[in-house]
Amino acid sequence: MAYHFKAELSKPERFVGGHRLCSGCGAGILSRAVTRALDEKDKAVICNATGCLEVSSFLYPYTAWEDSYIHSAFENAAATCSGVEAAYLALKRKGKIDDTYKFLVLGGDGGTYDIGFQSLSGAMERGHDMVYFCYDNEAYMNTGIQRSSATPRFANATTTPVGSVSAGKKQNKKNLTEIMVSHEIPYVAQTTFIGNMKDLHEKAHRAIYTPGAAFVNVMSPCPRGWQYPTELLADICKMAVETCVWPLYEVIEGQWYLNYIPKKKLPVTEFMKLQGRFKHCFQPGNEWIIEAAQQYVDAQWEKLQERCGR
Amino acid sequence: MSIRERLSGNEAVAYAMRQIDPDVFAAFPITPSTEIPQYFAQYVADGKVNTEFVTVESEHSSMSACIGAEAAGARAVTATSSCGLALMYEMLYVAASSRLPITLACVNRALTGPININNDHSDSMGARDTGWIQIYAENNQEAYDNYLQAMRIAEDPKVRLPIMICQDGFITSHAVENILLEEDEAVKKFVGEYHPENYLLKHENPLAVGPYDVCPYYMEHKVQQAEAMKNAKQVILRVAEDFEKTFGRAYGFFEEYRMEDAEAAVVLIGSTAGTAKACVDRMREQGHKVGLIKLRVFRPFPGEELAAALSHVKAVAVMDKSESFSSCGGPVFAETCAACYALENRPLMIDVVYGLGGRDCTVQNVERVFLHLMDIIRTGKAGPRYIHMGQRSLEEEVL
Repeated sequence: MAYHFKAELSKPERFVGGHRLCSGCGAGILSRAVTRALDEKDKAVICNATGCLEVSSFLYPYTAWEDSYIHSAFENAAATCSGVEAAYLALKRKGKIDDTYKFLVLGGDGGTYDIGFQSLSGAMERGHDMVYFCYDNEAYMNTGIQRSSATPRFANATTTPVGSVSAGKKQNKKNLTEIMVSHEIPYVAQTTFIGNMKDLHEKAHRAIYTPGAAFVNVMSPCPRGWQYPTELLADICKMAVETCVWPLYEVIEGQWYLNYIPKKKLPVTEFMKLQGRFKHCFQPGNEWIIEAAQQYVDAQWEKLQERCGR
Repeated sequence: MSIRERLSGNEAVAYAMRQIDPDVFAAFPITPSTEIPQYFAQYVADGKVNTEFVTVESEHSSMSACIGAEAAGARAVTATSSCGLALMYEMLYVAASSRLPITLACVNRALTGPININNDHSDSMGARDTGWIQIYAENNQEAYDNYLQAMRIAEDPKVRLPIMICQDGFITSHAVENILLEEDEAVKKFVGEYHPENYLLKHENPLAVGPYDVCPYYMEHKVQQAEAMKNAKQVILRVAEDFEKTFGRAYGFFEEYRMEDAEAAVVLIGSTAGTAKACVDRMREQGHKVGLIKLRVFRPFPGEELAAALSHVKAVAVMDKSESFSSCGGPVFAETCAACYALENRPLMIDVVYGLGGRDCTVQNVERVFLHLMDIIRTGKAGPRYIHMGQRSLEEEVL
């Protein structure tokens, strides 16, 4: 099934305008893209963790979602979806419903890497037929850019501010995608918004139509937290991939596949320099920061290549 | 025809669940409610139910899964105790405010701090303002009967609120007693099918659940919720009436035991009622005018009805099996006092906090409470209004 960008975009939108997300926000792009990956004939229930996406897309009495949607709390989107999927199985078995439904969970990195981690792990282990999409914008953006375990080292966040004795966040980013691979679920992927969205679309479609639990981690920049002009979103995503800060890969039934190898791997500064949260890294005397950031990305990239059999 | 059996309280509730055959059961084990999902898991394994049994990784997730399932259009149930209920607290509010009639079998156990596995009511009393209907049982029969009535109450279109069916941990949950069970078909017919008006998986139209509710709407939603809880009162009585017609056992908001001409009365909840009834009988034989009110329904609180039942009494001891650390009494006392305030001639009232963490309460203990009430009547003075019975850490013991 070849990917046709125009054909995909001509499908009726399932996440529509009128929501209150910022311009240049990744969460809205993700919501449109992953619902586009649903076959038109299939219905869906979207389960959403508390966060920017939730408070911006379903303010009573308006909703931006054409499909059924449920939000219940911050840390339990996966568990809530477990219940929805269990209800679907029971009602279908009892002949009370006839439609085919797909179950999509959407959560930010706060609701996924951190407070919702246990709920996510439980749901994936139980193998519910659902896809968990994390829109990873690398901090708690809804409450005002506090660090999360997804925040990269050296990023300036409001609970890891840069100061005379602080270079930003002290710890490296948690590798959640790998942790999800360790759950040995049938499908895990990492992607972002690249070019005509082919990579995200194909991964979302594959995840949705793979029976069982699937997890897709989507780097989703935030203009407020990352401090960039809204029109730079696509450039930042591209640089995340070209520098190997956020490699595109997928793990299908335990087999690792690298989806994109840059012809010339760019230095990490090409990604960092576009964002105000790394501004301090470029000040004289902070060369060690750039060096450390580069070393970390290089080591992670080496490890990933090995896993993918290169 | 009713079936004569001998079951524990946990088994009785699991038996009711099997008869009802809910769509989704999400649960995480915790003493003393663990047996309920265990018995049910065996029903699943033996093909006796058609339920999706979701073995979640925590109680927070079991309530979250119930919320998802009920919103999706399914009849969802769970069971828990103590810290398990505490871990659900956040989601208890969400279930109630989303108007999802989930049924929770609560096997009451003391809340941790320090850890204690025995019975008191601190778990469900802590959840008293979450918006759930709460019905309490004295014994296994009542636990079973209350469970059979739960869904009819919760799912009523005028109510649509979640419901907690409570029984005392170990005392009721683990003790095997004689019980009258009803036939499967009769139970199914009495409980009926769940037909929600709107749900996530409805073919005709999608539904959005759990909005960000802004100032112009939030308060209206809370008022609707409060109205639903008021409506629950009539529905509870109507379902009880139908239950009596169908199965022959009568239920109300509370049970009045030898209250006709009582001058001294105790008000309490749960299994202690059995002990207190024995005490009332004994003291009546000695010519004392004593009586008992056993609250069955705590949420909605039957304030007017309770006040009317206490209007002719001279002195009342509310017996609270939980602490609220208000410094002036437990939750049942606070509600009972508030209810009686409207009476022209209010009885003298004291609070006796007892049985915390499973501290035994004997016939002699209850007798001491009644004797104390008689002193109060004689002197006309209530004295200390907030007493802990059977404790030995303070120098002076009132009871």
